[in-house]
Amino acid sequence: MKRRDFIQHSLATGAFVTLGGLSLQSFTANNAKKHITILHTNDVHSHIDPFDANDARNPNQGGAARRASLIANIRKENPNTLLLDAGDIFQGTPYFNYYGGELEFKLMSMMKYDLATIGNHDYDNGIDGLYAQLPNADFEFVSANYDFTNTVMDTHVKPYKIFIKDGIKIGIFGLGIKLNGLVDKRMYKETVYNDPIESAQDMSRILKEEEKCDLVICLSHLGYKYSKHPDRPSDLILAKKTKNIDLIIGGHTHTFLPKPTIEKNLNGDSVLVNQVGAYGLYVGRIDFYFDDEKNVIANGKSIIVK
Amino acid sequence: MKKIVALLVVFLVVACAKEKQSISRIEGKRITISDSLPADQAIEDYIKPYRDRIKEDMSKVLSYAPIDMHKNDGELETTIGNLMSDFVRSQSEPIFNKRTGKNIDICLLNHGGIRAPIPKGPIKTQTAFNVMPFENSIVVAELTSENVHGLVDYLVTAKRAHPIAGLTIKLDKDYKLLEALVNGKPIEDGKTYHVVTSDYLQNGGDRMNFLKNPVTLEVLDYKIRNAMIDYFKSVDTIPARLDGRFVKQ
Repeated sequence: MKRRDFIQHSLATGAFVTLGGLSLQSFTANNAKKHITILHTNDVHSHIDPFDANDARNPNQGGAARRASLIANIRKENPNTLLLDAGDIFQGTPYFNYYGGELEFKLMSMMKYDLATIGNHDYDNGIDGLYAQLPNADFEFVSANYDFTNTVMDTHVKPYKIFIKDGIKIGIFGLGIKLNGLVDKRMYKETVYNDPIESAQDMSRILKEEEKCDLVICLSHLGYKYSKHPDRPSDLILAKKTKNIDLIIGGHTHTFLPKPTIEKNLNGDSVLVNQVGAYGLYVGRIDFYFDDEKNVIANGKSIIVK
Repeated sequence: MKKIVALLVVFLVVACAKEKQSISRIEGKRITISDSLPADQAIEDYIKPYRDRIKEDMSKVLSYAPIDMHKNDGELETTIGNLMSDFVRSQSEPIFNKRTGKNIDICLLNHGGIRAPIPKGPIKTQTAFNVMPFENSIVVAELTSENVHGLVDYLVTAKRAHPIAGLTIKLDKDYKLLEALVNGKPIEDGKTYHVVTSDYLQNGGDRMNFLKNPVTLEVLDYKIRNAMIDYFKSVDTIPARLDGRFVKQ
């Protein structure tokens, strides 16, 4: 990668030089403003069709076909887009009862989802039921705190995945919720749940310091926060107890955040936490604009949520 | 001059390679998936055969309900609750008996698990999905007589129409227990009883802790919804009755 960077830069430089009379300043300005778009869903729960026109709560909202056209348009506008899902893809409509998640995965593949993590309901047909649907998914799954060593899912789920878009290195890791008490042991079998906060601390160090990612994202199915159990691992606790994570995309609690939450991490840096409720009623969109580090140091960083 | 240009190129390349990219601006928002967005035709076409098959199956008529049956049509027992506990017991009995040689004594389900009424008229596959949208599966737990007393205490305290079968409970006008019989007989100390229930409740759902550590547990691998569909297919008209299995004077 280093070598490819070098080639791209030297070609650009050559062009500048032949034009002549370019200062270092204009060179820097010209390289600024890379733009990465992150789109995300969570807890879609097999909601493939839109809600009925006479639905009491969400009339005419949602639907995979509309989501697909939205995503295609955003991708046209910015090809450097990643599409992510934070788990609980399965269960909630007869599509799952009849086809076991086949159509959910096939449609997500058609929409070109890049990555997902695993929610508790993705175990609803057992870990074997999830494994059986993997051939229908063109995207991969990440989980850093589930150990699948003694299960059929071994080697099929990585702790993290790295994407490079427009030269920007994006590291994404996954986190899953405690299964004991939530999912029948007969379903999750030998899946081992490890402490998600510790896993996140390891992951953020690996992705930022070893892999030198420009952007670190956590795909979490831990839940946004637990008012009645304030110590239970949640996205807000995760944000505060870690560093070097730029964005936490959450799920599980079906929290309809009207806009992303900005939390401070261990270093006092801002972390965005977002979750878009459930059932494919919304898609979250986070745009990251990049500049040369020295310009960012000089001009500061801005976060706009609306 | 050439040398200077070459030098400048080297300098620029070095400066450039060193320049790390950093986040300067973040914008976050959510986008509503509303009907103002066009539907992607390829996705729509792909879904259609899957949707059509479900629709066809869901609209199949399986049986007939003589009246509207819902979970509040009685105080401590309801028509839909009695139906549920009776068919869970009757559908499970032959499977359990074949596997273990034993018989089911009691069925216990939870009132909250009945998610929709059964309207008067034709019962369709869709009805079973409405009443039982969850994937709950049937298990048979062998309980000590102490835990069966615990089960009765739970029902007496809850004062709620949790569906039961094989067990009859009579309360006085102050909701105090008068009599609890299993298949017409008092609960015998030292005897064990086979209770058919859902995996959800057996795992401690609705705090039914007396189910948590059974003497033995038989997992039938039979979903409650599938038992309901199988039962509907086997009867022309379903019974809708309150028979005094759980009453207050």
